[in-house]
Amino acid sequence: MAGRGRGRGRGQMTFNLEDLGIGRGDSLPPTTFKPSPLFPPMPVQPVPLQTGEEVEYMLALKQELRAANKTLPFYIRRAAPKRDVDRYSDKYQSGEPKDSAIEWSPDWSRLPKELCIKVRKPLAKRHPPQVKQPKKPLVGKEEILTKLETLEKKEEAVNSEEEEDGEKKKTNEEEEQAEEEEFEEDFEEDTDYIMSYFDNGEEFGGDSDDNIDEATY
Amino acid sequence: MTAQEVRLCGLLLQEHFGEVVERIGTHLLRGGAQNLRTIANETNTPLDLVKKSLCVLVQHGACEFGSGRRGPGSPVEYRASCERVLRVLRYPRYIYTAKTLYGDTGELIVEEVLQRGHMTMSNTVKTVADRLTHNMEEGRSMEYSEVVSAFSKLVETHFLQRCPPVAEMGTAATSTNPATPGTPAASASTAPPTAESNPDCYKLPHVTLIGRGKRRRSSDDSEEQRGGKKAKMDSESCGDEGIYWQVNFERFHQHFRDQAIISAVASKLDQTSSEIVRTMLRMSEVTTTQTAAYTQPLSANEIFRSLPPNYSISRPILDQYLSLLVDDPMEFVGKSGDSGGGMYVISKEPWPTWRELHWSLWYRRGWCVCQSWFGSRSARIFRLLLRKRHLEQKQVEDFAMIPAKEAKDMLYTLLSENLVQLQEIPKTPDHAPSRTFYLYTVNQLPTARLLLQHCYKTVANLIERRLFETKENKRLLEKSQRIEAILASLQASGAEPEQLTEVEEMITAPERQQLEALRHHINKLDSTENQVDETVFLLESYIFSTKTK
Repeated sequence: MAGRGRGRGRGQMTFNLEDLGIGRGDSLPPTTFKPSPLFPPMPVQPVPLQTGEEVEYMLALKQELRAANKTLPFYIRRAAPKRDVDRYSDKYQSGEPKDSAIEWSPDWSRLPKELCIKVRKPLAKRHPPQVKQPKKPLVGKEEILTKLETLEKKEEAVNSEEEEDGEKKKTNEEEEQAEEEEFEEDFEEDTDYIMSYFDNGEEFGGDSDDNIDEATY
Repeated sequence: MTAQEVRLCGLLLQEHFGEVVERIGTHLLRGGAQNLRTIANETNTPLDLVKKSLCVLVQHGACEFGSGRRGPGSPVEYRASCERVLRVLRYPRYIYTAKTLYGDTGELIVEEVLQRGHMTMSNTVKTVADRLTHNMEEGRSMEYSEVVSAFSKLVETHFLQRCPPVAEMGTAATSTNPATPGTPAASASTAPPTAESNPDCYKLPHVTLIGRGKRRRSSDDSEEQRGGKKAKMDSESCGDEGIYWQVNFERFHQHFRDQAIISAVASKLDQTSSEIVRTMLRMSEVTTTQTAAYTQPLSANEIFRSLPPNYSISRPILDQYLSLLVDDPMEFVGKSGDSGGGMYVISKEPWPTWRELHWSLWYRRGWCVCQSWFGSRSARIFRLLLRKRHLEQKQVEDFAMIPAKEAKDMLYTLLSENLVQLQEIPKTPDHAPSRTFYLYTVNQLPTARLLLQHCYKTVANLIERRLFETKENKRLLEKSQRIEAILASLQASGAEPEQLTEVEEMITAPERQQLEALRHHINKLDSTENQVDETVFLLESYIFSTKTK
């Protein structure tokens, strides 16, 4: 009631509008009912970008760095999702990144132990069978499982070495053998099949002679 | 860690390391220190991918690990550093600076170390030598020794530093001071040691590079042993295993600041005085530590001796210039004594000169922002308020010489954008409105922070727009890449010109135009990112300087 005489139609406020410079009779800008537009019209044109040798060189650098980053092993891509059926060629054509392997070998002594992950060597490298290094003690029940796995693999690694030579499979096996010898934790191989069950058919023809005398029922 | 910063960091991580690392990185930035399992669960990422991402982040220094909150027995916790990720934006500037200072070799060294996070010296030298040889003509190759000399120059001027030794977790604690090996500290270090805390930070190459003594490196290497955990790799070991080098960002920043000072002096006074200041700064480059308030006092005689030979000015003129610099209101140079013909210092840190300089550089930016948003008259008002600190509405109109109505309008727009603030000064204790002064003022620090956040938002928007443009035209870009690849292979195998033109015509003219426009846009966006980053650097260093008084 006391304030009704003052500033009628403008709303009552605790301070005097005159002091802020809004005199009587001045029209205020209209009230807004919606958020400001996404691309408001600019009253002033922006200053043009700098140009010059330096600027262009840095631009080129930036674009090169971006392109180079994609080729470095630090660019982590998810492994492609598994197709419906495990295929035979998966074992030989694993060019894509795998989740369980890291493409570069960091200095593990600078990282906490729990981050240790199997390093994936490029297939082109061939390692001569290395002298087994003493294994570091593993913590936890994984130790027993991994020990069993490694024993199994050592067996079939020895077998496969005798059978084949100069083939890609050997490289794979040696790789696996070298890998599991060098690193403490070994994750499961990509296939679910136990390697020693795999029969590549070389011994197939040998038994047939023995059975010829027996009658087939 | 504001929302804008986290968003920008996320975009940068995505561009450089992929989406997986981006997800892990933003999760760490938002959530603070977490351990491995928590990260894996909360981001729904397989454990292996989390491990890989953490390896990448630690390799590049964006993430640190330390023992958990509950003491040495709890799982390791990881902390991401927003600041470090934002540095990625500045990589081109660092590399270009290295190029201007140390030529192509220096440029490539810094580039390699930046891309890989940290590297051993031998690796760096080999990679850089290979790259340089690749670019050279047939039959010539790059000597390792040249690369090594460039590397050592970078280390001497502190542009590269050793990575800090890793604090061990668990019961076996290492001493953070490797100069005393074999005497491990009794308590585990709780804070991760910084690179500067290592007294050997810049020391090693001085020792090993004399006569290329690689043998000596292995004996120095023993100083770096940590609790016997190292696995020595026999093949290709050059004796400097375990000694990693990283780029010293602070030193680069100092260089940028020096350049800013020099250019400010040059624009205010003249070229010669800027040369004098440059000489003074160069002389005190390595002797001044980061947090020193002033450079070491330099006598006028020393300055005279160290001036570059092509600036042959006589001694009395040098004295005149120095007194001019001292008397300047900007106070670039201060006089601290009279021995040796007068001792002069340049203040490096907040009070008073550096702060003043920063402030003036900053206010120029703010003024530019003002101008570009609202026009030159608003910028005039802004500058006026900065000069005069507090002004009433009427005084603003008078001093700025702008008609009342427009001045009001501009003040209100500035107020609504938070570039100026209103300060009430009551005349009476009851704060009656009619008896209160309302003064317009600019609060420097909050405004600087505001502008900085705006900058982060700008860069993030630029990156997003660029990604959007690239995605829109992905088909076209891929097509052009394929055609280029075909052309290249055809040319390599020696095809006829008709075949080449036929392949080139596979891209139609409108498509070519589209591609041109796209490239132009992307270049513009990239260039803008670089230039906004300069403002970001200025604002960041101003804010940092106000913190460390």
